[in-house]
Amino acid sequence: MTSPLRLCVRRSAASDTRGAATLVTLRLPSDVTCIEEAVELVTRHCLAGHQASKTVRFRLRVVLSEALSNAIVQGNREDRAKTVDVRAELGPEAIRVWVTDEGPGFDPSAVPEPIRPEQLAEARGRGLYLIRKLVDAVQFNEQGNSICMILRRQ
Amino acid sequence: MGFSQSKESSGVTVVQVEGQLIVGNRHELKDLVQAALDQGERRLLVDFSRTGYIDSSGLGALVSISKRIREAGGELRLAGLNDDLRSLFELTKLDTLFTITETPEQALASF
Repeated sequence: MTSPLRLCVRRSAASDTRGAATLVTLRLPSDVTCIEEAVELVTRHCLAGHQASKTVRFRLRVVLSEALSNAIVQGNREDRAKTVDVRAELGPEAIRVWVTDEGPGFDPSAVPEPIRPEQLAEARGRGLYLIRKLVDAVQFNEQGNSICMILRRQ
Repeated sequence: MGFSQSKESSGVTVVQVEGQLIVGNRHELKDLVQAALDQGERRLLVDFSRTGYIDSSGLGALVSISKRIREAGGELRLAGLNDDLRSLFELTKLDTLFTITETPEQALASF
């Protein structure tokens, strides 16, 4: 079976104060069965040429998987006509990954903490919490349909 | 990637998670556990010894099956989590919700 995923990798000149970086982009359909392959592809390219610790590798896989799942299920409501874009900027010190869906966006500050006693037995609501716990910084665009996750390599 | 199910001579149903428990296969686990409950099974062990990754949807599926098993008067044990997977349970405080043992053997002995 031919993979529907197309990964693009290119070197960019310095576009801002962060300096030159390798850019990895990937567009995937709103299909949860594509998540595993997308995570594998992006993780492999993000860590290529670097001595990544087991912890960094695990964290990157977790947060990519969670962000893609949120984008496909919550953002695009699994609408196959919509896509999710991944853009990873790979610097020497840190990896910045943007995951953007075509949904209306959401207010991340309105998501309850899943570790509250009253939330603990809920089946949903842990993805964003895990992302926040496992990366060094998280930012959203104003619309709330694009997350940027920053993970230091060490 | 998938699940295998077996029954110990002690009567405990063991579900082994092969590979991953994620958004793409979580319903399969829930259906499998529901079928076991429908057949009268009440002691279940989910063994993660061969599991590389669990995402938040997988964690949520475990919360759901835990509730179903409890409501049916049954017991659930989790075992075989590697350090990375264990850290996910600790970060989300789900280690306080489940009975988790290091090995499947310890879990079987704890019923």
